[in-house]
Amino acid sequence: MNPSVRTWVMFALVSALILGTGFFQSWNSALLILNMGLVSAVMALGVNLQWGIAGLFNVGVMGFVALGGLAVVLISVPPVTEAWAAGGGRLIGALLLGLAVIAAAVQAWKRLSGVLRGWAMAGLLIVGFFVYRAVLDPAVEAIESVNPAATGYLGGLGLPVLLSWPVGGLLAAGAAWVIGKTALGLRSDYLAIATLGIAEIVIAILKAEDWLARGVKNVIGLPRPVPYEIDLQNDPAFVDRAAGFGLDATTASTVYVKLGYSVLFAAVLIVLLVLAQLALKSPWGRMMRAIRDNETAARAMGKNVTARHLQVFVLGSAICGIAGAMMTTLDGQLTPISYQPLRFTFLVWVMVIVGGSGNNLGAVLGGFLIWFLWVQVEPFGQWIMTVVTSGMADGNALKAHLLDSVQHMRLLTMGVILLLVLRFSPRGLLPER
Amino acid sequence: MDLLNAIVALSNFVLIPAIAYGSQLALGALGVTLIYGILRFSNFAHGDTMAFGTMSAILFTWWLQSLGVSLGPLPTALLAIPAGIAGAAALVLLTDRGVYRFYRAQKAKPVILVIVSMGVMFIYNGVVRLIVGPGDQNFADGERFLISARTFRDLTGLEEGLAIRTTQALTVVTAVIVVALLFWFLNRTRTGKSMRAYSDNEDLALLSGINPERVVLVTWLIVAALATVAGVLYGLDKTFKPFTYFQLLLPIFASAIVGGLGNPIGAIAGGFIVAFSEVGITYAWKKVLNHALPESLAPDGLVQLLSTDYKFAVSFVILVIVLLFRPTGLFRGKSV
Repeated sequence: MNPSVRTWVMFALVSALILGTGFFQSWNSALLILNMGLVSAVMALGVNLQWGIAGLFNVGVMGFVALGGLAVVLISVPPVTEAWAAGGGRLIGALLLGLAVIAAAVQAWKRLSGVLRGWAMAGLLIVGFFVYRAVLDPAVEAIESVNPAATGYLGGLGLPVLLSWPVGGLLAAGAAWVIGKTALGLRSDYLAIATLGIAEIVIAILKAEDWLARGVKNVIGLPRPVPYEIDLQNDPAFVDRAAGFGLDATTASTVYVKLGYSVLFAAVLIVLLVLAQLALKSPWGRMMRAIRDNETAARAMGKNVTARHLQVFVLGSAICGIAGAMMTTLDGQLTPISYQPLRFTFLVWVMVIVGGSGNNLGAVLGGFLIWFLWVQVEPFGQWIMTVVTSGMADGNALKAHLLDSVQHMRLLTMGVILLLVLRFSPRGLLPER
Repeated sequence: MDLLNAIVALSNFVLIPAIAYGSQLALGALGVTLIYGILRFSNFAHGDTMAFGTMSAILFTWWLQSLGVSLGPLPTALLAIPAGIAGAAALVLLTDRGVYRFYRAQKAKPVILVIVSMGVMFIYNGVVRLIVGPGDQNFADGERFLISARTFRDLTGLEEGLAIRTTQALTVVTAVIVVALLFWFLNRTRTGKSMRAYSDNEDLALLSGINPERVVLVTWLIVAALATVAGVLYGLDKTFKPFTYFQLLLPIFASAIVGGLGNPIGAIAGGFIVAFSEVGITYAWKKVLNHALPESLAPDGLVQLLSTDYKFAVSFVILVIVLLFRPTGLFRGKSV
């Protein structure tokens, strides 16, 4: 099949799946799938930039997504003034001090040589750590003791929530720069495990540092870029218009809100997709693929491989950060405990591989398709299990067990899909051109 | 100032737990390292292989218990380990047949195999949850303590108690036996030597008539055994929950990498380094210091370097630090 025809057919198929959900289940579920599909497509686009185009094996997607989520809190929540008064300044001072210590240690390592080098750096780090903790701990304690049940953190800047999307990207990009500087020199498998570990560190910080985003106590009720359903239902003009479409006010308001998110997400996805396509088709994109396919040759041609890798690592991670901010905005809450590698790293990888690594449209397609399956495998599995067990007597232990374990079909299905695609269509549904 | 009490407190809260945890990590890391050395990829499904082997052992334990079989003071699960190994071995051999062999024949790039192992990880994870569910399973029985804190205090008259759980003692003893067997096998037997030759230089090994499929088969069998033993020991010592085993992948990889991938001695050293740092950095040292230091120097705070929330993060900080200075680990592992 002609590649562009194939692309159209595949996208038509996914649209049909989501429309089918609307017709057979409900438009609310269809829009839920569409919205998270849009977010997933953005994540897949970021990973595709790193893996598909540059061949960088990043298994730390979860960390960047979580940083995007953090940005939503830092930007949109109103500041907690008492907490700032209690220890804000000291806390910022402690963080700057920590940075200064690390910078000093790096300088010591660079400037000195011989035996002195290692000891000086270790000494700086150890002494620095205790000084840092001595300044940080009382500040943290002061902040966390301000109304711990409701706040106990510094809050954010109280700016419009949409601003947090680019900021989420910047935050992830900054983290990616630091990680890239330290880890990109490693060989493939070592880099993979290092990124996996760094993502875990990001989540550990989110969970443990209550002053930052309340830790595992979660931040709920984040501001929204779209109106609240209840306000729409109380607005006579909206109710009248809904009635004009033959809808009741409740359904109309929930659909309206979700459509609002869809429009915003779609705008972001389209902008990023266009940029990614332009980048891929530009000399820069050709250079990246040349580096991916033969690093030695590219180096011999005078390309600065290390710098290019760092660049694309930062760009891809920034896109994941934007997606993370979008997702937290959609959820309206930041729950650090919900960041699991299976869901936020490995599932995104399944999307990229299944969609077609190296093909931006493929990554987007994979994002929609895999998210659709992730959501629909459960009801579908339920149906299959009900059919399978229909012959068994009620109260049969096996029947109960099978019906209870339907939810675990998800992981199994994702694994099977990934293996089948890797085996029979290793370049994905939409292969790279 | 009371050095004896300090030593006892240190052993009770740091040394003994870290040695037990380190042995479990070392066994896990040995499996990862063997696969890396011989099959040449990082096996993301290793944590879930452990979970599957442990689950098989648990199911067999329950069956034994229902028959009234027991080992007296020792946990019945010890009897079930061979059955668990058989389960895990069947699983990994089937996987190798159905999945990995295809890519081996194709001489696929190592990173493709890593991605394939991600798919295998999803499947194992799903299968284990389908069979035993996602919840906690308790299968520890027998005597709880080798020596309890109270008995120790009564015996020695010291202020601090020392408790050694049966499972901790068992972990260390089993780990020593398993590691000794493994090294004997790798260094002394013909098959073991051919495995090492294959790991060092594949082409040379093939030239000298080593059958690669046999080497791969034996490797998977050993890996299944190591994973099951590590998993059962961890499950007895702590608890069995499928998700915990998936999470164990992270410290296990950290151990294998800190030591140097592909290097068995490195894997063991790495396991203990990671375990000791995890326990040491998140332990509140106040008690030990109170005993060890003169009263005037006694600390006010808990003297905890990092909160216990950072337990997982610690192994990675060590990993990153080691990789920064030694890109292939402390014992100079391979890189493909």
